[in-house]
Amino acid sequence: MNKSEIYPVFAQLTKAAEKQNAGLDLWDGRDNAFHSFLSDGFPHSKMEKWRNTDLSTFLSKEYSYVENTDPVSDVDINQVFHCEIHNFETSLFTLLNGAYVYNTSPLTILGNGVIAGSLRNVWSEYPELVNRYLGQLTENNLNGLVSLNSALGTAGFFIFVPDNVVVEKPVQLVNLVNTEVNPFLQIRNLIVLGKNSKLTFVQCDDSVNDKNSFLNVANEFHIAEGAALEHYKLQNKDDSAVMVNTSFFGLQRNARLLTNTITFNGGTTRNESVVNLDGEGAEANILGLYLVDRKQHVDNQVVVRHNAPHCNSNELFKGIVDDDASVAFNGHIIVLPGAQKTNAFQSNKNILLTDTAKVSTKPFLEIYADDVKCSHGATIGQLDENALFYLKQRGLCDSNARMLLMYAFAEEVIREISIESLHERTADMVSRRLNGELSICDQCVLHCSYEKPMEFEIDITKI
Amino acid sequence: MLQIKDLHVSIDNRQILKGVNLEVNAGEVHAIMGPNGTGKSTLANVIAGKAGYEVEGEIIFRGKNLLEMPVEDRACAGIFLGFQYPVEIPGVSIMNFLKTAVNEQRKYRGEEPISAGAFLKLVDEKKRVVEIPSDLMKRSVNEGFSGGEKKRNEIFQMAILEPMLAILDETDSGLDIDALRVVAIGVSRLKKPENATVVITHYQRLLDFIVPDFVHILFDGRIVKSGDKHLAMELEKQGYDWVKREFA
Repeated sequence: MNKSEIYPVFAQLTKAAEKQNAGLDLWDGRDNAFHSFLSDGFPHSKMEKWRNTDLSTFLSKEYSYVENTDPVSDVDINQVFHCEIHNFETSLFTLLNGAYVYNTSPLTILGNGVIAGSLRNVWSEYPELVNRYLGQLTENNLNGLVSLNSALGTAGFFIFVPDNVVVEKPVQLVNLVNTEVNPFLQIRNLIVLGKNSKLTFVQCDDSVNDKNSFLNVANEFHIAEGAALEHYKLQNKDDSAVMVNTSFFGLQRNARLLTNTITFNGGTTRNESVVNLDGEGAEANILGLYLVDRKQHVDNQVVVRHNAPHCNSNELFKGIVDDDASVAFNGHIIVLPGAQKTNAFQSNKNILLTDTAKVSTKPFLEIYADDVKCSHGATIGQLDENALFYLKQRGLCDSNARMLLMYAFAEEVIREISIESLHERTADMVSRRLNGELSICDQCVLHCSYEKPMEFEIDITKI
Repeated sequence: MLQIKDLHVSIDNRQILKGVNLEVNAGEVHAIMGPNGTGKSTLANVIAGKAGYEVEGEIIFRGKNLLEMPVEDRACAGIFLGFQYPVEIPGVSIMNFLKTAVNEQRKYRGEEPISAGAFLKLVDEKKRVVEIPSDLMKRSVNEGFSGGEKKRNEIFQMAILEPMLAILDETDSGLDIDALRVVAIGVSRLKKPENATVVITHYQRLLDFIVPDFVHILFDGRIVKSGDKHLAMELEKQGYDWVKREFA
């Protein structure tokens, strides 16, 4: 008897699995993955890495399990969503309630060999390509939710960048939820970078309405030798949304990764990044910023495995926690025997604005090599009184002085956004969020079509 | 302009100022000198309104009871404190920071916000007065600045905000002689008949450039001796030992 059976959604899941076995012809290992889910169940708060995020309250709610839908083309995405980052030119892809939205074809194949589009369609046309990568990084399905995603996830995004191809235009994937039911969704994204290739990938998680929703997203990023991935994840979900987002990164020799997760809003958001530095000379920069208030909860988990020598990893997570909100950070660094000359750094800094805001932060270093440099640091504090005094002494009122200091605190993460238009917009979003203007921007993370005059005198966008 | 009457200040039940009396009038330059740990910075902080002190006594600034005003109102009323350790604010350029400060102060006085053109003109003019390089202006406030650059930035802010009363807390500490000269010349050029300056310093050398009208020795929480610039010279020659002997 699995405890997960008590949840209303469970019956729908088993039904979906049966139906799938009876017909749906997709990639291997799905049946095994479902069995892993059945034996592991949903992650629960007795598990060390789930101590701070208890899903049981949410899982007890009624959800409608969304059968994995075929790609859709009869949706005018502009009707529900419009990205308005000025001068932000991207190749835009959209998932609406888990379904891949397309105009002409669910697959785009470019002259340089880049394949992008619906994961499901890529599988039917190039099954060997998908099977070569899918599930290779998920570590035997890390936990019950990842197993469930491997078992039942049939929709999602796929991009393949061949060797030596540099994708100049950032690729943007908007994961939008807008439905009248309370959806339980599984989304699987697979990103493959060939040798010496380059890609900038921007993932936006949005919701348009405030229905209860449960999103279980798993991303796999395969980064081959010498390749470079710049990855941004911008999360602006509504307060009723639960999102569990698990990203697996595999880096080969001399590969480069920058991943930056910015959480503006969300009911309960859990981000887990598992980074494997598998080849010598690989480097990963893992950043995060979370601005949390009311009763929101954000849990960032990072696992970095130094499996090869001469690799660098650098983690920086910062957050501002207001009202009754709570956050957790768990930074796990593992240096395997033989991974000499490792540099691994980790830092988590938090500002608590109220007595009732909560932070749990835990560095966890396992080092099995003797010639390494590793450090970690965690701080939880309030705004610096000396700095406040300095600003007010110049005439700034209390609220502006506080806001300026919060912005300055967040800026260390924002400054690492190298796409200028995205940097500007993010900076603007952060200042609006801090100013209390933006709880949930009406649509996209970066949709700022209505420009309320800001009380704050500084035009952050021009700094 | 400023009257301090029988000012007692303690922090965590430790008495720091034990009855300070001081009067500063428009057009005057006062130097407050004294050995380390005698309460010089505390005096500056209490005038500016820093929290965390227990204060008794009276500070009247242009007819207003300063002790009842919050920090920002004192700033807007014309009090400027040049910090000994200016704070770094990453991600916010000096230009934007100062424009915010100028406009907050104008708002307090019931004036319209400064226009972009007028602000640029003001910056340009003051930049020359304190010889601040343009590239410094584009950087984040104090971030990665050298000691000299931070102090120069303090004087630049003072030039832009044009306070009635400027209190410079150990502006000379950590400066080499060239930086000291630039800072001091800036301060002298900003001096006007209607404003006043209080220079807090440990050494006489700053006073070679900013000639004080009055010199006060603060020792053990009290002003134990006042005089003109010759008092500073005497301190330079003889050190503080005689003060300690005479007033301890």
